[in-house]
Amino acid sequence: MRRRVIFRGKLLPYLLLAPQIAVTLVFFFWPAGQAIRQSVLREDPFGLSSEFVGLENFREVLSDPLYLNAVWNTAVFSTSVAALALGAALFLAVLADKSIRGAGVYKTLLIWPYAVAPAVAAVLWLFLFHPAIGLFGRALNAAGIAWDFKLNGAQAMLLVIFASAWKQVSYNFIFFLAGLQSIPRSVLEAAAIDGARPARRFWTVVFPLLSPTTFFLLVVNLTYAFFDTFGVIHALTGGGPGKATETLIYKVYVDGVQNLNLGGSSAQSVILMAIVIALTAVQFRYVERRVHY
Amino acid sequence: MRRRFLAAAGAVALGLATAALPPAGAPRAQQGQQPVEIQFWHGLAQPLGGLLEGIVNDFNQSQQRYRVVPTFRGSYSETMVAAIAAFRANTAPHVVQMFEVGTGTMMAAGRAVKPVHELLRETGVQIDFGDFLAPVRDYYATSDGRQMAMPFNSSTAIVFYNKDAFRRAGLDPERFPETWPEVAEAARKLKAAGVACPMSTAWPAWIQIEQFSAIHNLPLATQANGFNGLNAELRINNPTLVRHIGNLVDWQREGLFRYGGRDSAGDALFPSGECAILFASSGLRARTVREARFQWGVAMLPYDPEVRGAPINSIIGGAAFWALNRGPSQGRSAEEWRGVAELLRYLARPDVAAKWHTDTGYLPLTRAAYERARASGYYQQNPGADIPIQQLLRGGGQTTENSRGIRLGGFVEIRNIMQEELEKAFQGQQSAQQAMDNAVNRGNQVLRNFERQNRAAR
Repeated sequence: MRRRVIFRGKLLPYLLLAPQIAVTLVFFFWPAGQAIRQSVLREDPFGLSSEFVGLENFREVLSDPLYLNAVWNTAVFSTSVAALALGAALFLAVLADKSIRGAGVYKTLLIWPYAVAPAVAAVLWLFLFHPAIGLFGRALNAAGIAWDFKLNGAQAMLLVIFASAWKQVSYNFIFFLAGLQSIPRSVLEAAAIDGARPARRFWTVVFPLLSPTTFFLLVVNLTYAFFDTFGVIHALTGGGPGKATETLIYKVYVDGVQNLNLGGSSAQSVILMAIVIALTAVQFRYVERRVHY
Repeated sequence: MRRRFLAAAGAVALGLATAALPPAGAPRAQQGQQPVEIQFWHGLAQPLGGLLEGIVNDFNQSQQRYRVVPTFRGSYSETMVAAIAAFRANTAPHVVQMFEVGTGTMMAAGRAVKPVHELLRETGVQIDFGDFLAPVRDYYATSDGRQMAMPFNSSTAIVFYNKDAFRRAGLDPERFPETWPEVAEAARKLKAAGVACPMSTAWPAWIQIEQFSAIHNLPLATQANGFNGLNAELRINNPTLVRHIGNLVDWQREGLFRYGGRDSAGDALFPSGECAILFASSGLRARTVREARFQWGVAMLPYDPEVRGAPINSIIGGAAFWALNRGPSQGRSAEEWRGVAELLRYLARPDVAAKWHTDTGYLPLTRAAYERARASGYYQQNPGADIPIQQLLRGGGQTTENSRGIRLGGFVEIRNIMQEELEKAFQGQQSAQQAMDNAVNRGNQVLRNFERQNRAAR
């Protein structure tokens, strides 16, 4: 009798947890394990022969100048996307937080782009900025700027940065707006009575109080720029011209799926996995420390 | 009351449905055998995919023993990846359509592939490969002439030019220049006549490097472009090719040439009237017929007059059908192989091949199909439709080891490398010599990797 009670007490929680654990095992741990296994093998695409090569794939990846190029691209791309998306969203949120007529409409419109799929967003931008058929692309060329993102690496990078940042502004906007609304009016009024002008009030009162939100968003935006911008890059530039817009995640796809180099691609995935783990660890430590003040 | 009535009606309907089922299945049961199912994956989007599936359905109608089930699996490279993944999971299709750049990878795939010559020998089915157009056939055969895959939809690269623009520039619209220096002169006149984009190219690597090498009888790589072994090395930094790439870069600076993007991205520049001359796949013909609002013509690819013996035949692009085993540890029954062989024989029939050729504009598979299309008056009604065929037979119709095709492993990646290095040259970041040297170094790395991956598989 007594044993049975203990048994049930253990089984039920495990049973309730089982679906979540099963999903995690099947969709996260199993592929991750596969990636780690593949990363130490060298295999033909059909899987007919494989050779254990230890850390050779990693050595090859890390000594490849094109991989370092992808690291550099990712750094430039991610920082720019995060800075642009955060800056624009904060600016819009501060404006939308004021009591103006039609605030609800503005807010709704600003949140809309978040519902657009990355590939669709990319096609929108492609149609706007295509040098031959795009509205802005033609206008730029007519204005005497030689705009051709299919051949100019810097322009291609600019375009994918803007398209990716545009998509993320909405998400940041919601969080910033919520953050702004939770700042007590009394603090702002006290600052106003002390004679602080709006700009000063913003930098000395509002911005510090928003810092947990900002930090959380910074981490989320970096993760977004690292991993979720594949669709935008794939549809807009395909990593080109040359290798000008090839980021780490795009290189994993190119090497693994297009070039069928499973070992090298898996080694890159494992490195990316380490980066995500590090990012998440930082986020948890920092956010958990700062969120309760 | 009402509800009960409905329920009763539903029951009656169900009863009728089940009663109606057996007669539909009965003829099959009476014959005592189910048709053998042949899975067939292809990578042709509409409208070509529909035409291909139409042919497959005709095959199904023509006999009862086999039923081929065609499935569209996305682009060529997506189809290739899907088939490879399926093979690893023991669920590969019987037949898969694979683009020509994947040929080296498939050749090295060992027991994943059932070579067509083996398939025909074991099943006793006859296909007369002697009647096939040599450049079409040889691309998918070993260097000693054993057929590995069944060529199907092949195209080659040709020139599309705008006759109206030629007239405005004072050029003869009925005669496209034959050599590159003459083409450059024509482009200069077009530019002087106010054409913003005198010439451009689609498929930069395929046309300006691979085709250029073939028609000038220059090796793209050692070992007969890889036909004789996995230890081939790229040779695309030779002076003739570097001079050609250098010319393109110079012409771009001069405003005679515009870079139109990778792969088929440049296609759009011709039917819209934007560029007066475009080097493109012969497959662009259908779209040009549909969209171009001006008089246009087609011509054979120009050549460098300083190269002796040039031009010879160009090479093909497109795709072939490969027979696959089910998986690393599973084969197929003799009956299944027989079905695959029958399908391939059906595709080579002159009437079927001629219909595919005239419906789509792809090259005819065999001389018999070519003759059939000619007899039907197709080339009179569609002037220039035989230019790609004549170009494939240029130089006598026999291929050399440089114009047979390309058999390099990892060639999808190598072609991208060539395009990337070309882009850097067109951006002005490097000279034509540096671009080709870099492409050779990076491409050779891919080849060495491939060699190592596959040495154990053989």
